[in-house]
Amino acid sequence: MEMHIKDRLDEIRKQALADIHSSDKLETLNDIKVKYLGKKGALTAVLKSMKDVAQEERPKVGQLVNDARVAIEELLERTRREIQAREREAKLAAEVIDVTLPAKKNKVGHRHPNTIALEEVERIFVGMGYEVVEGPEVEYDYYNFEALNIPANHPAKDEQDTFYITGDILLRTQTSSVQVRVMEQEKLPIRMIAPGRVFRSDEVDATHSPSFHQIEGLVIDKNITFADLKGTLAEFARQLFGEQTRVKFRPHHFPFTEPSAEVDVSCFKCGGTGCRFCKGSGWIEILGCGMVHPRVLKMSGIDPDKYSGFAFGVGLERIALLKYEIDDMRLLYENDDRFLKQF
Amino acid sequence: MNTSLSWLKAYVPGLDVSAQEYCDAMTLSGSKVEGYERLDADLKDIVIGQILKIEKHPDADKLIVCQVDVGTDAPVQIVTGAPNVHEGDKVPVVLDGGRVAGGHDGKKTPGGVKIKKGKLRGVESCGMMCSIEELGSSRELFPEAPEYGIYIFDSSAPVGESAIAELGLDDVVFEYEITSNRVDCFSVIGIAREAAATFQKEFCPPVIKKTGNSEDVSDYIQVDIRDQALCPRYCARVVKNIKLGPSPKWMQRRLASNGIRPINNLVDITNYVMEEYGQPMHAYDLDTIAGHKIIVRRADDQETFVTLDGQERTLDSSVLMICDEEKPVGLAGIMGGENSMITDSVQTVLFEAACFDGTNIRLSSKKVGLRTDASAKFEKGLDPNNALDAINRACQLIEELGAGEVVGGVVDVYPNPVGETRVPFDAAMINRLLGTQIEESAMREYLQRLELGFDDKTGEVIVPSWRQDLECLADLAEEVARLYGYDNIPTTLPTGEATTGKLSFKLRIEEIARNVAQFCGFSQAMTYSFESPKVFDKLSLDEKDPLRKAIVISNPLGEDFSIMRTVSLNGMLTSLATNYNRRNKNVRLYELGNIYLPKQVPLTELPDERMQFTLGMYGDGDFFTMKGVIEEFLEQTGLRETPVYDPNSGKPFLHPGRQANVVYKGQVIGFLGEVHPEVADRYELGERTYIAVIDMPYIVQNATFDRKYEGIAKFPSVTRDLSMLMKKEMLVGEVEEVIRKKGGRYLESFHLFDLYEGSQIREGYKSVAYSITFRAKDKTLEESDINDAMEGILNDLKKLDIELRS
Repeated sequence: MEMHIKDRLDEIRKQALADIHSSDKLETLNDIKVKYLGKKGALTAVLKSMKDVAQEERPKVGQLVNDARVAIEELLERTRREIQAREREAKLAAEVIDVTLPAKKNKVGHRHPNTIALEEVERIFVGMGYEVVEGPEVEYDYYNFEALNIPANHPAKDEQDTFYITGDILLRTQTSSVQVRVMEQEKLPIRMIAPGRVFRSDEVDATHSPSFHQIEGLVIDKNITFADLKGTLAEFARQLFGEQTRVKFRPHHFPFTEPSAEVDVSCFKCGGTGCRFCKGSGWIEILGCGMVHPRVLKMSGIDPDKYSGFAFGVGLERIALLKYEIDDMRLLYENDDRFLKQF
Repeated sequence: MNTSLSWLKAYVPGLDVSAQEYCDAMTLSGSKVEGYERLDADLKDIVIGQILKIEKHPDADKLIVCQVDVGTDAPVQIVTGAPNVHEGDKVPVVLDGGRVAGGHDGKKTPGGVKIKKGKLRGVESCGMMCSIEELGSSRELFPEAPEYGIYIFDSSAPVGESAIAELGLDDVVFEYEITSNRVDCFSVIGIAREAAATFQKEFCPPVIKKTGNSEDVSDYIQVDIRDQALCPRYCARVVKNIKLGPSPKWMQRRLASNGIRPINNLVDITNYVMEEYGQPMHAYDLDTIAGHKIIVRRADDQETFVTLDGQERTLDSSVLMICDEEKPVGLAGIMGGENSMITDSVQTVLFEAACFDGTNIRLSSKKVGLRTDASAKFEKGLDPNNALDAINRACQLIEELGAGEVVGGVVDVYPNPVGETRVPFDAAMINRLLGTQIEESAMREYLQRLELGFDDKTGEVIVPSWRQDLECLADLAEEVARLYGYDNIPTTLPTGEATTGKLSFKLRIEEIARNVAQFCGFSQAMTYSFESPKVFDKLSLDEKDPLRKAIVISNPLGEDFSIMRTVSLNGMLTSLATNYNRRNKNVRLYELGNIYLPKQVPLTELPDERMQFTLGMYGDGDFFTMKGVIEEFLEQTGLRETPVYDPNSGKPFLHPGRQANVVYKGQVIGFLGEVHPEVADRYELGERTYIAVIDMPYIVQNATFDRKYEGIAKFPSVTRDLSMLMKKEMLVGEVEEVIRKKGGRYLESFHLFDLYEGSQIREGYKSVAYSITFRAKDKTLEESDINDAMEGILNDLKKLDIELRS
């Protein structure tokens, strides 16, 4: 009897292992599992026939049945894994894509080069503790000229080719007008930049536009010096054009500052050795600046004996044209998509 | 302003620097040198030669063979086709291997032209004889040069020496950008003074000697200034027995190097003094001056006058005139009259060196439409003390050049002489302003170099009249700083009270607008603030539309730039049209720019400048794409409620059935729509174009960066779908209004998931389906919790004649 069962088990086991070996699909494996291990399966049938086995031999037979079950289950599991691995392999192989096909982009728009340059400048000065403020574009003569030490009939008024609306209302020719409005508020100290649109009666060409942008800077506090002005603008130039940038201050004249200077930066294309970009000089002029004229302070209600300050004005378009090597100012106001996309 | 190096050296003999060193140092001390031109840059190995012998060329009728003594042992042989040379002539000769500046047609070759030994029709030629053009100059500046042919030197020219030096071409001409405050530097003397101070050399201005015979000029001329405000000083001198002729070469060379054409001794002297002293002068033929009297007065309105260029000018009472007893003889400070001009037969000359009000000359010159070298100088506001020196200098030159007999004395009408001024000096304050520690003695030395005086008793700086720009301590600080060297001033950062750097709230909102637009595929445009009044017609605005009330620029660049925009669309549509015209596909642009709304016209106060967020697009996308951008923007600025879209927006430039006002909390904050085909045609936009405009001041006023976390829903939601049949023209917005109003406390969201019009639906109707989601924060909703709300919604929908489908 015992031998008989053992033979049967061996037979079942052999048959099951052969079945498993010959199957290559997960479903077949399932069928095999049912066939041998299921409720009506071959092994279960053997167990059911245990009642015919002598009491003392039952543990031994049970052990034999269990061995067979374990062997079958192990092979089933191993084979299942193998098949799964094979199937995944096949699936992956079938799913190969051509990674060089074009990208699907979420079409993001582009900022205007002026804005990119402006944000850069704002970032630099905000980091140095400056507030960014604005003022009106249609402005009183007083703020644009008179309070900046440019009285009636001053030749600078001609030089700047002002657009007038009425006798005393005009389109501002410089963002310096914002200086005066901020000083008048009598909140000291002042550290501000004022970006904005300005207007001058220039015909449109590659280097001129009747409407362009400036960034005015103003610092007023006790003990502000020309050396502070130099340090501030040197830092600005380094951050804007690169660490190795050098600055040169040349004496100049503006009615609203004294002493005044024009500032050149070492050419960021050639590093200062001279190239076509800087017309061989190694330097590029970028801004005008100076110590706020005591008369300007006084007119805005600030005591020049107690306070001093500096101011500077940068042409935004000039920075944008230089930084991005744009060769014609008209491109900035045409808004050609192919131009804007490059920024 | 130009000066030649040789002329400067006449007043700063110790000046011994290279042209580049000069440029750099002068620029850093405040006289910006724009550039310089070496007159002999392209000239090399050119000497004075003397033609010893001329023979015919054996094989060419038009060529001659010359033996030329160039100072070497043997003469050189040169073949030339020039018709004007004779044996014995002294000529410029470029030797074998030398260079000339260009051809004899006056065209210059960059870098010059190398001259090599060669054969001309078989005869050897070892160099070239030069015309003035080949030497890089012109007959304008060298009037003695022949019209066609070789330049011939005076017989005194030294053979074998440099022809370049003989012609004064071994010189450098500097070009300056002089700032408007430094009137004194519009003269060779002024620049020389700066050069002397910059290089610490001695300054030797011309020494003016007493001139004139024993006669008294007041027997010849009298001067009456009727408007002293416009003419603070008038100096007059007389020269008789004028002998017109060419001025000497040295004077011609100096004028030529400043680009001034030599004419004759008299004209050249006035030009020379104008360059040297910066003081314009005028010469009248005294015999044409009626009553031998000069009257300086304002013109009468509508008075006409013929200037010496032959043009008749119409004047008014703002223009100052120089008159004699009967008639006007000159436009003060601008140009003399034809009636008193110097002619070849002139006997006696009246010299005028006057000072006029700068502003008046500037305005008059504009009014008359005539700007001359003289008016350009006068309009800067000249130092009246300079006039006397200048006229005396001119008379000195007359005597030196033998151009006439100077009458003794000067008529000098100068009722209110300008004296020197004083500015308190404070070395500590200057150092405090500059951030330096310059010794007081050093400062005083700098100021001295600039010929400023010092009063030890009062501690004041004494400012001479030619430095009218120095008025306060800050001005002195600049003088100190520029001679100390701006580059020697330390570099520091401001100390003191810390300030917080920040953008204004408005600018932060604008940044959000840029980001949203950008992420929605829009690129940033910039357009002009001024435009043509024709824009209103182009946009189909009604004749009475308030937007037509625009600010007008009184002096625009032309009609196209003459009004300040009251609506932001023209720039956008023009930019889109530019793109369309250039065949750019799927273009999306946005702009953040102001419109200018006047409170009244003409302006009495500043207008309302309203920032507009304008979006425009053609190609991919439609009305609802635009709507999406608006809602993204509102959400990003903290305006979280869904706006209402009112189709009754009445914009004439938009498609009547595809436009809406954007209404937020009952207020119109902008509009959007498809551009009206008629308007699109006017802009030549061939595709459906959509635009949206958001009024930024409203957004700025209501935006918020406050956010509060409300938790993530823990309990499941309940969703109900509603399918409806409604009249085609009815807005789904009305359905949404009902859902919002009746949705109850558990309403979380709703969305349209189906919209159908077509054959399966009753004619004139559309099928609309909404999915409505309810959720409670604190429990799982039961059917009964939402029954009331659903019932309310259904009832209200029925009231709107909406049929519910199941």
